[in-house]
Amino acid sequence: MIRQSIWMALREILLNPLRSSLTMLGMVIGVASVVALVSLGQGTTAQVTAEISRMGRNLVMVFPGSGPRRAGAVSDAPPFEMADVQALERVPDVVSLAPVSSTSRPVIYGNRNITTQVTGSSDAFLQVREYALDSGRGFEESDLAGARPVCLLGYQTRQDLFGDQDPLGETIRVGRLACEVIGTLASKGQSQSGMDQDSLVLMPLTTVQRRVVGNTWIGSMFLKVAEDADSARVMDEVQAILRERRRIQAGAEDNFTVRDTREIAAAFTSASTALTALLGAIAAVSLLVGGIGIMNILLVSVTERTREIGLRMALGARAREVLLQFLIESVVISLLGGLIGILLGVLGSLAASGWMQIPWIVRPETLMMAFGVAAAIGVVFGILPARKAARLEPIEALRHE
Amino acid sequence: MSGETPVIRLDRLTKIYGQGDAAVVALDGVSLEVPPGQFLAVMGHSGSGKSTLMNLLGFLDSPTDGKYWFQGVDVSTLDADQRALIRRQFVGFVFQGFHLLPRLSALENVEVPLIYQRVPAPERRRRALEALEALGLGDRVRHVPTKLSGGQQQRVAIARALVVRPSLLLADEPTGNLDSARSIEIMEILSDLNRRQGITVVLVTHEPDMALWAERIVEFRDGRILSDRRNDRRTA
Repeated sequence: MIRQSIWMALREILLNPLRSSLTMLGMVIGVASVVALVSLGQGTTAQVTAEISRMGRNLVMVFPGSGPRRAGAVSDAPPFEMADVQALERVPDVVSLAPVSSTSRPVIYGNRNITTQVTGSSDAFLQVREYALDSGRGFEESDLAGARPVCLLGYQTRQDLFGDQDPLGETIRVGRLACEVIGTLASKGQSQSGMDQDSLVLMPLTTVQRRVVGNTWIGSMFLKVAEDADSARVMDEVQAILRERRRIQAGAEDNFTVRDTREIAAAFTSASTALTALLGAIAAVSLLVGGIGIMNILLVSVTERTREIGLRMALGARAREVLLQFLIESVVISLLGGLIGILLGVLGSLAASGWMQIPWIVRPETLMMAFGVAAAIGVVFGILPARKAARLEPIEALRHE
Repeated sequence: MSGETPVIRLDRLTKIYGQGDAAVVALDGVSLEVPPGQFLAVMGHSGSGKSTLMNLLGFLDSPTDGKYWFQGVDVSTLDADQRALIRRQFVGFVFQGFHLLPRLSALENVEVPLIYQRVPAPERRRRALEALEALGLGDRVRHVPTKLSGGQQQRVAIARALVVRPSLLLADEPTGNLDSARSIEIMEILSDLNRRQGITVVLVTHEPDMALWAERIVEFRDGRILSDRRNDRRTA
């Protein structure tokens, strides 16, 4: 019975190829958008997750001013001091803290001259930002205490300056300061958000302060929070301490910003969220229009086939069997549209993920969900025409011209 | 009627269409008995009530008043689904306009009633083929209706009516769309089915020539039986 109805439905569809394909078009677009949307969403999520783990997990960033700022940009809010660092180090669940003074300087070795980010910090920087030492050693207490001219090279900076040559023990010029290379960092990989984390020269904080920029400011602080700690609580505490230390009146706005990697991830995803919302709206409207299109065509079909329905009733079909036949027809049309849509959606997301440079992720659940949605639309929008067919009176229907 | 349970027994069967001033009495208290194996012709002009009678006999409609016993069972007050179940099991229809499904082959057309009876596919196919062969259409089973002549189409329709092995065959102007040679062909088939297989046949017609094939002729006018007589000049 059901198999017969499916065959009948396929026959109807094949006999009117133009009408059938136009009927399915809405479903095709809708399902394709849903599949592409979910796939791109998952790709973006994977991307952001990877990004966060590259930046460092459980990371809290503190910097002056009320918004994010680029390295080297000047904020009119006062910078931090060493006393702030010491105060924040005492906050529970702060595993380690890296104060940073950062600037951009020409860096020269031999005849190679590049301008890159020069970051002054403590040896905690490597741990907090999850950099691994590739060769050489990290900073020692004496490097910091003596503001010694030593440096670690980021992977890219090392490539730029030394190529295949071993940089350990060599002297480079950072601005006007001659500086010995004591170690190199392993690559963190290209960051999608435009943050190149492999182009940097890392020096002791004191060296940068005293011998490169010539002040004692701390431009930003990176805090590593314990794995199982509540980072929101830590951030609240950091905020309270800094407000007190910077003598901010109750009710006045902060002149500094405390963020964790989750918030930064949210900023990264906001762009793709807009795209997702747009695609989602297209998908919803297309599915709705697709469903209405199917309903419309089936209503016409019921009228056209009134005599057939009457005849089938005369031959013993009950109302429920007529209902089933038209419901199946509706579901078959929407499932066919859904299958084509799935195919197009998968191909579309493959192209788009290449273009957006995010991983291409298509999960079987997504495809099953799309298939389910198509079936559900077939049932929902098939009910009205099917009921119209089932309610026909056999004599009236047989007499219909 | 020799004590046999009649296939059809009507007691003051009435059908009224519409209500109040617009009400039309299509069938006005008709009482009738048809014993098994009879070939009955129902005659009358259009509007005489013969089509209404046919619809009621074939369970396509339900009466406003009166009783209908089908094979001894009171079927006057069945709902639409119950009527469909009786229809699919006991009644075969042959219509004036053939009413074949245009997109299905002859074989598939004959299979349709068996689909609703949930007959498994291989048996369905076998029975449909048998029915078509019995009507001389063994070489036309793959043809769609438009590739068949009118007489062939009506024979496919008869095969479709017979394939459920009905106890009652209702033929509503079966020769109305056919020339006289094809008409005789169809009437010979119906007559033959009645004689050889003992199927009760009710033929509705307005053509006296066709009615002469039956053994009994009932004439209707204004929803009532005008005459009910044995046909002594039966066409052989």
